Amino acid sequence: MQYQVPEPKRTASRILKQEEVESKVLIQVKDLNFYYGTRLALKNVSMDIPACGVVALIGPSGCGKSTLLRTFNRMNDLIAKTKVEGEILIDGVNIYDKDTDVVSLRRQVGMVFQKSTPFPKTIYDNIAYGLRLIGVKDKHILESVVEKCLRRAALWEEVKDSLHRSALSLSGGQQQRLCIARALAVNPKILLMDEPCSALDPIATSRIEELMEDLKKEYTILIVTHNMQQAARVSDKTAFIMQGELVEFNITSNFFTNPSNKLTEDYITGRFG
Amino acid sequence: MQKSFSQKRLQEWIIERCIYMSGIASIIFVCLIFLFLAKEGFSLFKNISIFDFLLGQKWYPISTPPFFGILSLIVGSLYVTLGATVIAVPIGIASAVYISEVAPPRVREILKSGIEVLAAIPSVVLGFIGMMTLVPWVKNTFHLSTGLTAFSGALMLGFMAMPTIVSIAEDALNAVPKRYKEAALALGATRWQSIWRVILPAASSGIVAAVMLGIGRVIGETMAVMMITGNAARIPDNIFQPVRTLTATVAAEMGETVRGSDHYYSLFAIGIVLFIITFCINLIADFAVHRKAK
Repeated sequence: MQYQVPEPKRTASRILKQEEVESKVLIQVKDLNFYYGTRLALKNVSMDIPACGVVALIGPSGCGKSTLLRTFNRMNDLIAKTKVEGEILIDGVNIYDKDTDVVSLRRQVGMVFQKSTPFPKTIYDNIAYGLRLIGVKDKHILESVVEKCLRRAALWEEVKDSLHRSALSLSGGQQQRLCIARALAVNPKILLMDEPCSALDPIATSRIEELMEDLKKEYTILIVTHNMQQAARVSDKTAFIMQGELVEFNITSNFFTNPSNKLTEDYITGRFG
Repeated sequence: MQKSFSQKRLQEWIIERCIYMSGIASIIFVCLIFLFLAKEGFSLFKNISIFDFLLGQKWYPISTPPFFGILSLIVGSLYVTLGATVIAVPIGIASAVYISEVAPPRVREILKSGIEVLAAIPSVVLGFIGMMTLVPWVKNTFHLSTGLTAFSGALMLGFMAMPTIVSIAEDALNAVPKRYKEAALALGATRWQSIWRVILPAASSGIVAAVMLGIGRVIGETMAVMMITGNAARIPDNIFQPVRTLTATVAAEMGETVRGSDHYYSLFAIGIVLFIITFCINLIADFAVHRKAK
């Protein structure tokens, strides 16, 4: 039985051609092993991720896709007793090098979490937070960046009159877009999204997906999702991970119509997972 | 054996009544205490004006004629409390931040049990240790004629307030969702920036409550201050002079006063003043917590 991809609502021009997708490698993962204590959570993962575009990471729960995502901004460093082997090169620089500055790495690699995490501050202060961290105090700069990022995250029209209200007063979908805007404010190259829509209703989800379509022209987006239709809709390349191993990494249209691996086929046709 | 319906009803009724009584017992006790305090305390103001009482600088309750001015006692309590607050609050909050955000797990466990032990030391023991070690040290270090000063008391009480502040502030910090910290770090915050700009503000209401409860503990403390502040009922020029606090006065003089005398009533009036002060502190703490909770 062949899995039918639900026809994505996008114009032909938006679909990147194979050559374009392969164009420029931004992130190189080389023989990555990741341990929680003694448990091997990622086994020998190697992949080349192109600049600009959306890469979806899918797989059954607990397969290691979130772990993989969090290796790109070294968020796993926060968890005690974890160990990394192998390399991740961003623009040719190994981020697991001894003298990597994790703080500046995280400015390059923004992250949006599963549960929206606005700080208990005003909308304005949430966006300005990242800039204030690097010492930007000029009010004009802050204001213009706040507006730019909110526009970029398609939230400006909804909140422009209430910038100084608590961010917690926004709806779930708005909060998630606020978090995207906040991540954009520090001007990252890469955006990691860890199931950004899993707590959102379909309308809010489609807004985030539209936003990703738009953002991928400038940013490289990696998204972890449980929802295969979402992966098919938004991504240019899809990686399927199972039990810590990268089973298949392919152009999304091929991935869903003509998977090269039997396991992938079983997964996307719903035989397990 | 199945109980009959009415038996169950009766059982329910009894349990409900018992819980209800326990629930309102605390309120009844507070009311009774306050009524008793007020009845005895206000008797003083038949003979002495409230201004002479609050603003009088002389506390000579057994001379003739007696003077019942508690200003020096209020100032004494204020000196000791402020001093203890200045010492305990920064150290206490910093210690709570270290324990909850920075310390590795093993150090955290050791520190937490250490603080619990500190909280468990009876105040009279602390007072005794303070008298033997702290008082001579203060005397020698600052070249004073006596080490029994407001400063010694403040130092000692600072130590006593610290466990309260640390444990409550640490609870407040732990209650801040982990994802705030993650989100801040993911934006390129350093550990210190995530603590200062996100975690502390998010925990601020709990920290205010911790500080207020710490201050409440200091104001109400009697034994240790009585042992090491020198108990001179005069307004001090600076913190390196002996003072006498409201609580120490009540504790020291209650035993040797004649029931029904003005002196006796004045000690109750001091109790009212203390009651009002702690009530205000709790009110502020409550206000801070609820303002933030909105």
